[in-house]
Order: sequence, then structure tokens, then C-alpha cells
Amino acid sequence: MNRKYLITPYALWSFIFVIVPLFLLVIYSFVKTVDGQVIFSLESYTKFFDPLYIDVLLRSLRLAFITTIICFIMAYPLAMILNSREFSNKTMILILIILPMWMNSLMRTYAWMILLENKGVINNILNFFGLPTKQFLYSEGSIIFGMIYNFFPFMILPIYTSLTKIDNHLIEASYDLGANKILTFRKIIFPLSFPGVITGVIMVFMPSLTTFMITRLLGGGQVILIGNMIEEQFTRTNNWGFGSALSMILMGIILVSIMFFSKNETLAKGGSLI
Amino acid sequence: MMNSLKRIYLGIIIVILYAPILVLITFSFNESKTTSWQGFSFKWYIQLAQNPSIQSALRYTLIVAFVSSIIATIIGVMAAVMINNLRGIKRQFIMALTYIPLLSPDIVIGISLMMLFSTINVPFGLTTLILSHVTFSTPYVILSIMPRLMLLNPNTYEAALDLGATPLYAFRKVILPEILPGVISGAFIAFTMSIDDFVVSFFNTASGVNTLSIQIYSMARRGVSPEINAISTLIFLTIVIILTIVNIKASRKMKLEGVQK
Repeated sequence: MNRKYLITPYALWSFIFVIVPLFLLVIYSFVKTVDGQVIFSLESYTKFFDPLYIDVLLRSLRLAFITTIICFIMAYPLAMILNSREFSNKTMILILIILPMWMNSLMRTYAWMILLENKGVINNILNFFGLPTKQFLYSEGSIIFGMIYNFFPFMILPIYTSLTKIDNHLIEASYDLGANKILTFRKIIFPLSFPGVITGVIMVFMPSLTTFMITRLLGGGQVILIGNMIEEQFTRTNNWGFGSALSMILMGIILVSIMFFSKNETLAKGGSLI
Repeated sequence: MMNSLKRIYLGIIIVILYAPILVLITFSFNESKTTSWQGFSFKWYIQLAQNPSIQSALRYTLIVAFVSSIIATIIGVMAAVMINNLRGIKRQFIMALTYIPLLSPDIVIGISLMMLFSTINVPFGLTTLILSHVTFSTPYVILSIMPRLMLLNPNTYEAALDLGATPLYAFRKVILPEILPGVISGAFIAFTMSIDDFVVSFFNTASGVNTLSIQIYSMARRGVSPEINAISTLIFLTIVIILTIVNIKASRKMKLEGVQK
């Protein structure tokens, strides 16, 4: 098998459509145009240190963090329940949980608009019981809700996969040696499922930090996150330099958090989605 | 006691997961445009059938998904087979290249490709959609084939060559049958990734060339629309039917092969 040229299409493709675009991103973030002349400048980055933009970044981080935590708290017990022996139709339940993920993310987000609208289903139910209409949409809460609903499967699947891989003998040995349920969970089950937790955290944190669609549909332009700011630079204000700088900062944050989370090669060992 | 608690928790999660979908389906049959129930009607489905922009969006979605997943599968299979033969620094380099699109946020892939296409003057539209979709789905194809290739015994391929097979014939008869499940699941992932994509398409299309995601986004920005309910219902039913068929086939296959574990 020495036909090395077979790899050329892929290498070429990656170069043109992965390396060059990232290179463009770096360049655009470091230049500005003065009188038709392109010169090196840090202006796009210094512009970012306006309290207004720092606020947006902090809000994005906070919402992504809350989403990730809630997803984890909801998913871990569910993964343990799915992994417990008493359910015979486990595959069926797993399919039930994954099925909504196969729906287009736009539709999943849109569905919450019908439920949360001022004249929506939940408010209709509230009114039916004589309760006043409550404004659910266009708040941070509705955005967090939308993100949890969209990204929840990314948390449950890796955790479940890592739990199924745990050797049952280890757990039995722990009981035999006199550990109770809580100690066994703390010392055996949780550490062994940790790679799955890390994968899940990254796979939820990253899209929550970067989304602009969920913010736009469920936040209605009232809540601005960093994804919306980047989108705006490319579709409305046409400030590619600032948009590129924002993307670079975003990439930096994500790289640092991935490295922080996956210090011990856990990512490689962890359960993956595929 | 513990058991019923578990069942209740499971039940609550499943209700939360399905409530929006059930509401979507229910209101697609609603006579009225608002979210109060006014009686059963098929009128949104009839409107859907007469809406040219949704139909063109559906057509573009399918064209992009088919073409991009086929290209991604071909490039991916060739690359995976070669990566499997590479050693050392070269292999690490190509694998790092493969992980870049996986670890980059969608929005960064979207805008950086958009900058590329406008820098080299590629007109936005179907071409840019397909190019960008191949870019983000090829790594998934490669990663779903690699584990199968690693299990492969390299001697079988050499044996085929020794017995006089041409390299292509040996690939078709020896390697391909072994990695086929990986190839199929890779193509399937590429296809669904393409259909599901919104962000990358959003930045790399022209007005008039909409995929379903973009079409729904621009409709939903103006508020709730029963036509979206109708198309979502149809898509959900399609997914349920496809998954049911796949699962029935899989369980039949398992029965035929007997319980091997």
C-alpha cells in the first residue's frame, strides 16, 4: 500500500478549507485599513476591552457555565438509572432519549417559542388556572432553557457510555471490602466515569458558549452573547477585523478550557458520541 | 421505593424531551394561526405544499446533504486508508489536521470559510454550501473508519497482491468489505450533520439559496408560524420511520447471527 498520493485530496482539501481560512482569521484580526493601505494593528483587540464587550463575554461564559452544570446534574443520575440492571428495555429508553436529537436544532429551539410565548401554551395553562400571564421569552432564563434542551443529549451519551464500560467486579469488590454505596460511588464509580463527564462537559460548554441562533430566537435580540456579536460583525456591520478578533478570543477561551479539562488524556479515553 | 423514584425521574425527563415535539405536532393541525386550539385542520399542510420557498429549501437541503456526504465519504475513505499506513510525525500531523474542524466552534468554521470564499471570489450559493459541508463532515467519516482499519490484518492485503490481484481489486475485495460498516456509518453521520447544520450554512449561502434550517430561522425570527409546525411534524415522522426501519433490520440481523456475546 504505497500509494501515498491517495491522501493528497484530503491533505489539499484540509489545507485550502481548514488551514487557509484559519490563517485569514488570524490576519484579519491583526490588520486594519487606513487610506486603502493595509497595516498591522491591534485595534480590533484593544476595542474588545470596552466594558460593554467584556460584559457580553462574561454573560456568555456565565450562561454557558450554568447550562453545563444543569445538564450535568440532570444527566448523571439519568445515566446511572439507564445503566442500572432493573430496566430490561434499556435500548428502547436510550433511543427515546436520543430521538429528539435527530430533529433539526432549529426546530427544537422553535418548539420552545410556541410553549413559552406570551400567548403560548404554558401561559394559556397559567391563565386557565386564573394565574396572570408571565413573560418567559426574551430573558436569560429562556435562553438557558433552550440551550439545555438542545445540548442535553451531548452530556448524557458520553456519561452513559463511560458508565457501561465500568467493570462490575470492581464495584462488587468495593462492597466486599466493606464500602457502602456512597463511598463506592465516590471512590470507584465517579472516578471511572470521569472521562465521560469531561467529554460531556466540553460538548455542552462549547456550543452553549458560541450559539447565536438560540439567543436570537429565544432571546429575541434582548440578550446579546458573544456569538451574536460575531455574527453581527459579519452580516450587518461588516467589521471583519473585530469579528475575527472576537473569534480568536473565543477560540482561545475554548482551547484553554479544553486543555484544563482534559489534562490527563481523559478525552482520548472518554466515551465519544460516535 | 428507590425503583419508583428512578421511574419517576426517567418519566419527567422524557416528558420534558417530548413536550415541545408533541406541542409542535398538535398545533400543526390547528385551524387557527395562534396557539389556542380552534379545531382540527390540514390547512397548514396544504399551504406547505403550495409554498415554493419551503420546497426549494427542502430541495437544496437534500442536494447539499447527498452531494457533500458522497464527496466526504470518498475523500475520507482514501485518507483513512493512507493515514493507517502513516507512522510517526506525518500521522500525527494529519490527525491534528482532522481534529481542527471537530474542535472548532461552528461559528468560527462558518465565518472563516466565508472570508475564504469572498477573498478568492467564489460566488456564494450551492457550491459554497457543498464545499463547506464537505469540510466539516470529512473528519467524522475518517474517525468512523479508523477503528475498523486498525483491526485489519495488513497481511491479507499483501496476500491478495501476491496472488496476483491489482491494488484496486485487492482493496475492493479485501479491505473494503472489512471497513464497510465504518464507511456506511461515516456516510450516515456526514449526511445527518449536513441536514442538521445551520451555522456554517448561514454564513456561506446567498439569498435565494436556503436550506431548511435557514428557512426556518428566517421564518421563526418573525414569530410562530404553523407552517413550520407542519414541516417539523413531517420531518419528525420521517426520522421516526427511518430509525424504526434501521432498528428492526439491526435486531433481525442480530437474531440471524445468534447471540454472539
